Amino acid sequence: MTLADPSAPPPAGLEGSAWFGTARLFEGVRLDLPMGWTCLIGPSGAGKSTLLRLLAGLPAAVRFDGRVTAPGRIAYLAQEDLLLPRLSALANVTLGARLRGGPVDRGEAMALLEAVGLKGMEARRPGQLSGGQRQRVALARALMEHAPLALLDEPFSALDAANRERMQDLALTRLAGCRVLLVTHDPFEALRLGQRILLLNGGRLEEIEALPGKAPHGPQTPGFGARYDEVMARLKGAVA
Amino acid sequence: MRGIALLAAFGALWQAVIVLTGVPPFILPAPARVLAALWSARAMLAENAAVTGMEVLLGMVIGSALGIGAAVGMALSPWLCRVLRPALVASQAVPVFALAPVLTLWLGFGTLPKIVMTVLIVFFPLASVFLDGLLAVPEGMLDLGRLARAPGWRVLVFLRLPMALPSLGAGLTVAAVYAPIGAVIGEWVGAAQGLGYVMTMANARSQTDVMFAALVVLVAMTLALHWAAGRLGAMLRG
Repeated sequence: MTLADPSAPPPAGLEGSAWFGTARLFEGVRLDLPMGWTCLIGPSGAGKSTLLRLLAGLPAAVRFDGRVTAPGRIAYLAQEDLLLPRLSALANVTLGARLRGGPVDRGEAMALLEAVGLKGMEARRPGQLSGGQRQRVALARALMEHAPLALLDEPFSALDAANRERMQDLALTRLAGCRVLLVTHDPFEALRLGQRILLLNGGRLEEIEALPGKAPHGPQTPGFGARYDEVMARLKGAVA
Repeated sequence: MRGIALLAAFGALWQAVIVLTGVPPFILPAPARVLAALWSARAMLAENAAVTGMEVLLGMVIGSALGIGAAVGMALSPWLCRVLRPALVASQAVPVFALAPVLTLWLGFGTLPKIVMTVLIVFFPLASVFLDGLLAVPEGMLDLGRLARAPGWRVLVFLRLPMALPSLGAGLTVAAVYAPIGAVIGEWVGAAQGLGYVMTMANARSQTDVMFAALVVLVAMTLALHWAAGRLGAMLRG
């Protein structure tokens, strides 16, 4: 037995089965999140988001029998930015502290807004920001949590190509040192960001070999095209 | 400016109807006659408008406070919501006007039954609209509260209330239009003062011009209240 690295974030994972009514969604699934980015792909309705919600401890409209290991604090990013329309960007970033009743660190919120490239826009409301900028505010809000686990439920899929890549790179940098689970339907995104790629297929988790080396990967990364074809083929063969 | 033009056009149409149809003044008095009645009875109208205005304002404030309180309580307590929400929905079907004689029977001819009537007329739609707003917060935003393990009242203060303020504004604007109806109906049923009382008395004495003058004052009052509530609503929509 080896001693756990004290600097490593607490473990996170899930083990068990889930039913949607009488239909089995997944069974005997075991997911342990290592440090870094794990990308979960699969056909629509396979239960990717359900798995993420169970991990987050959020209501998931399924019957779950199993065990969830997750730290007390979780950084969460959804497809929608979930910003309160009447609050400024700054107030949205500090929302978590107010919901918890903890102290509000305005200085850090300002620094994080600057870090996500929104310096000078603290006072703007979500309506005065573009879709990409709103998602950056949401990222800053998630980063305020200082969470050892980040759960990302397709947070890049509503963005245009250029903004998507910018957001991915930003998240990659800022979430280094966390355990990250990214749910995505995009094999390109999974290959670009994942140190590990999992396919939820017919209620089971299958591992797909990710590209070696440091993310982000791109079409120039050796083997990217071949791996993309393989992921795509397995995704096409997968069932919900 | 547009309002004045509209008012002038309305007056001209009114005058034209009288000239063209030749209706006698005790059925439809000319605008000039109504204006004259407004002026000559100004002291009496002002005195009674103050009474009605007080009833409307008190009813509006008390009814809004109760409506907001009920909606907040129901948003905080799922149990209370399950018990009271069907009652709230059903109460919309009760014609509150039909309660006016009962209220007068129970509470007498003073201002109290009028205030209660106004409270009732303001309370139900406001509580209903505001509660809908408080409960209609997107699940995704409530997820933020769950992730922060926020207690119900913090979710209410930081997520539900900010999201429901526009519906509160809309509810108040509607309530402001209905509130004077409550007071006036209460006065019709039985009162010794107020604009509704002036109207029934003038009607009985065939003083149609005074009746119309009271109506003009009432409309002006309602418009002012509606305007004020609209401003408040715009503030709440932010």
